[in-house]
Amino acid sequence: MDVSVKNIRKEFDRYPALNDVSLDIRSGELIALLGPSGSGKTTLLRLIAGLETPTRGSIFFGAEDASHRTVQERHVGFVFQHYALFRHMTVADNIAFGLTVRPRGQRPPKTEIRRRVADLLEMVQLSGLEKRYPNQLSGGQRQRVALARAMAIEPKVLLLDEPFGALDAKVRKELRRWLREFHDRTGHTTVFVTHDQEEALELADRVVVMSQGAIEQVGSSDDVYDRPNSPFVFSFIGDSAHVPVSVADNTVRFQGEPIGVAPRANDMASGTGTLFFRPQDVALVGDPAAPALEGRVATSRRLAGTRIADLDIGKPGEPHHVEIEVPLDALAATGTTIRFRPTRWKLFAE
Amino acid sequence: MTTSAAASVRWRLRQPSVIPGFGLTLGFSLAYLTLIILIPLAGLVWRSASLSGEEFFAILADERTIKALEVSFGTAFIAALVNVVFGVIVAWVIVRYEFPGRRIIDAVVDLPFALPTAVAGIALAALYAPNGWVGQVLNVFGIKAAFNPTGIVIALVFIGLPFVVRTVQPIMEEIDSEVEEAAATLGANRFQTIRRVLLPGLAPAILTGFALAFARGVGEYGSVIFIAGNIPYVSEIAPLLIVIRLEEFNYGAATAIATIMLALSFVMLLVINLIQAWSRRRYGYGA
Repeated sequence: MDVSVKNIRKEFDRYPALNDVSLDIRSGELIALLGPSGSGKTTLLRLIAGLETPTRGSIFFGAEDASHRTVQERHVGFVFQHYALFRHMTVADNIAFGLTVRPRGQRPPKTEIRRRVADLLEMVQLSGLEKRYPNQLSGGQRQRVALARAMAIEPKVLLLDEPFGALDAKVRKELRRWLREFHDRTGHTTVFVTHDQEEALELADRVVVMSQGAIEQVGSSDDVYDRPNSPFVFSFIGDSAHVPVSVADNTVRFQGEPIGVAPRANDMASGTGTLFFRPQDVALVGDPAAPALEGRVATSRRLAGTRIADLDIGKPGEPHHVEIEVPLDALAATGTTIRFRPTRWKLFAE
Repeated sequence: MTTSAAASVRWRLRQPSVIPGFGLTLGFSLAYLTLIILIPLAGLVWRSASLSGEEFFAILADERTIKALEVSFGTAFIAALVNVVFGVIVAWVIVRYEFPGRRIIDAVVDLPFALPTAVAGIALAALYAPNGWVGQVLNVFGIKAAFNPTGIVIALVFIGLPFVVRTVQPIMEEIDSEVEEAAATLGANRFQTIRRVLLPGLAPAILTGFALAFARGVGEYGSVIFIAGNIPYVSEIAPLLIVIRLEEFNYGAATAIATIMLALSFVMLLVINLIQAWSRRRYGYGA
């Protein structure tokens, strides 16, 4: 089931939580909504589910405008951050709930429900726990019960709000891999919200990066990491360093000095901007006459297989710090001078 | 050395917590409860023990005693049931909706706690008597709401309401809205959500409220005697019968009725507590 969000605006007490957001989700895709807290990612998920009503704009399920459908009519599977299991019901009753509340005519017979519950329990690898109550389960088991409960109604779309947020690191990793397999096996259109970029990049077909109620970029993990389209995405995803620069005469200058980087054809030809690069995308420059960024090592530290140097590259009175990776055998003692040039970079106009 | 140290430790009372003062506070609590509750109750039992077994059972088998106990426990039970239904609705309104006057309603719920019961009894009797404001209207439909067991139920509903509201309200405030949303995404309508998700979660609190309202109703005297009519065998409550026996200087009979009331109340509260403990063990929560 394709889902498209068209020009959605959502206000809470006049404050816009989402501002003119549009997004097309293809059938069978696994999509991550990634952003810092307050970016509107959970609001967007709840709007798709029908748990919130948009101030403006519409949501389409396939070709049908679902904007005015109730939560019940939308037929989505929603997994809540804290699972929201019914604690007075057994695992089996929790999973069967969506089937047993159906109108009498559409309700499957009891034996059929029992069979479906057994199938779902097997799918989430919890067979044998049907008689347990939620408080007798671990966090990871509750999460999978919540997922089985959502899947029981055979939803068109599966929506997960911070699905691994409340779990410890090890269980989180396991469940992440398990969810990917689960998705590939069942082929549901799945949208999940996370603030953990590692989770989003590893798990999703496409990542939607959000900030301050707007979508910054939509793309594959490679797209958002290697080709970020805004300063926000560049600094939000992965480690990065940024340098304020001016561009003129086909040369990029930092504090008036050329740094050995020339703007590309589609970069700005002149003016001020910010140069972004990854700490690992730099080359040391040996020739003292060649243009480069020059910095004094403030601190350096060994990080597993690499060495990270914190450089002060500013002129006296205008300090500016960047962190770069240097070869392990490079002399990076505090107080020494290092000259380097970014090899992969992106220039954003002011 | 180590074994003897272990042996001496074994005989000490297990330290329940690192917070100091356990011995002092436990000692005080026990002394206080003994003085306030256990000694008077023991006195009651001891007093009724001055009767011989035969006399005791003769008093209990007396038609008037049995009827009075029936009236007391029966009306208290019905009133507690009524309070459970309407108390939960009142709590729901106070917790779930924002409206002008919500705080006033919240405060009004406590009035039956604060009002002297005799005042409540007189007011209710005046209202529900056949010539009272409400009584006149009910009379048109042929309903007599005062000076009979119906009147007792009305008085006990008035007295018991805050017990249900005040026990259910805090649990209702804690309901996680995600649970309701989860039910909605699974296709449950509002009615199904309330019946299958919300009410079972509130059941322990509702049961506690019921127990408190019921216990209060069984022992209520002040408000009831004005509206009950106090007709022996019909609308005479057990506490009133105790007073009558005392005025006849028949202390044995009075304490015998009191003892049986105590025993019945104890058994009912025990059963309710067992149900609660069972639900807490099972679901990991309770009121």
